[in-house]
Amino acid sequence: MVSVFRSIGSFEATSSLSTWLHRIVVNASLMKLRTKKRRLAGGVVEIDIDEYLPRFLEDGHQVEPSQPWPESPETQLERDELRTLVRESIDKLPETHRVVLHLRDIEELSTEETAEILDITPNAVKIRLHRARQALRTLLDEHMR
Amino acid sequence: MSTCETVIAFLDDYVAETLPADRRESFDHHLAACPSCVAYLASYRETIRLAKATIEDIPPEVITAIVATIARNTPRP
Repeated sequence: MVSVFRSIGSFEATSSLSTWLHRIVVNASLMKLRTKKRRLAGGVVEIDIDEYLPRFLEDGHQVEPSQPWPESPETQLERDELRTLVRESIDKLPETHRVVLHLRDIEELSTEETAEILDITPNAVKIRLHRARQALRTLLDEHMR
Repeated sequence: MSTCETVIAFLDDYVAETLPADRRESFDHHLAACPSCVAYLASYRETIRLAKATIEDIPPEVITAIVATIARNTPRP
């Protein structure tokens, strides 16, 4: 949040306040991610997202049939553990997809707002979001069954 | 006729309820007969919910400070 205050002078009265704030937060997040990556140097490794998407047979059926997940955990400890697992799994997503997932599913920005902030097309946002969700689902799946 | 592949390819639109009525009907027809896709759909929805649940609230005092700083730096008409 410190960068929000540092950037306060660049705020233009004509800008949408939420868009302006999100742009700063995204930029700060990207910087933090790059710093974190350098510091870890081999710690958290981003996945190859294509390897975490569902695979299909020639007839269109799933190669590995999906299994139901259990009900949400009941105790606070279990909920905290699950939240940590989800955060660690999100960290493994490629940065291009992680940022889109963050803005759309966590910050709940619209496709158009996300596209504007990241300077990509709304269709690219849509594709990256769906791929990010599918890969995150695969990462969580082995822990949820 | 929808397959697992076509259903999962457009699952984001299905969840967002933005599919055309005829395609949604085709998807529902497939889901009625495919436990694997039903499980995938439920876990896809749960993935979205779990991602949302990782958010950390910004403390109210920080929001108050941001608004006050913006007010100070925004020229008055």
